[in-house]
Amino acid sequence: MTIFNSTAAPTSTSPPDTLPIRSDEQIVRLRQFVREKAVAQGLSLIDQTKFVTAASELARNTLIYGGGGDVHCYLVERNGRRGLTLEFVDNGPGIPDIQRALSDGFTSGSGLGLGLGGAKRLCDEFDIRSAPGEGTHVSITKWKPF
Amino acid sequence: MERIPILRMGKLLLVTIQVDMHDRLALTLQDDLTSRIVKDGARGVLIDISSLDVVDSFIGRMIGNTAAMARVLDAETVVVGMQPSVAITLVELGLTLSGVRTALDVEKGMALLARNGTV
Repeated sequence: MTIFNSTAAPTSTSPPDTLPIRSDEQIVRLRQFVREKAVAQGLSLIDQTKFVTAASELARNTLIYGGGGDVHCYLVERNGRRGLTLEFVDNGPGIPDIQRALSDGFTSGSGLGLGLGGAKRLCDEFDIRSAPGEGTHVSITKWKPF
Repeated sequence: MERIPILRMGKLLLVTIQVDMHDRLALTLQDDLTSRIVKDGARGVLIDISSLDVVDSFIGRMIGNTAAMARVLDAETVVVGMQPSVAITLVELGLTLSGVRTALDVEKGMALLARNGTV
């Protein structure tokens, strides 16, 4: 397993919600769900939009490259700050070269190659674990500023 | 199958995207717009995204592709009503949408196309 930018897990304040990512429509459903949660956690409009967009990118990766998977949504807290964490998990082929996958413009499909690196830029915390034959696990977190 | 309606006003095609599109729907719109440009001899395409509070790289690419295809077919595309948080997010994503003209609203978008003698 290859681990990049690993951060200590924030404390979850409730059991996670889990949504399947198996179809186009479920990606739309996830966007709406993440928007609701982001609003509830008090994120600003811009932060909501960035986080929902990052979620959309990662969900699409899970569907298209991972062959489908699940996303777990956690309401989190650290040092009195509230936030939102999403974990994207699939049992797909895995990513052979994570650094390359993170670089803008790299795509193994027909996309723009901005999704993974873009999601990293849009979020406060980003963690990815993947290896060929071991699936992919991506975690993103956005914090509400004080 | 669900489709996003495309309105024709003379040589202008107008699309208002009011739903959160799934990927297939976005691709269908791209195809429909391209077909209509040819069928109607359109010279201008106006895409109103004022209702979209999320534009990710897939939708962004659809918009960019549509504009490129329109240009090949001698039509100009203007995207109007981009929400500020969407604009900020697109820049951070790295999606420049260069080659896609923008305007604040439908009226200004039409004025832009008229000024260039497109419609």
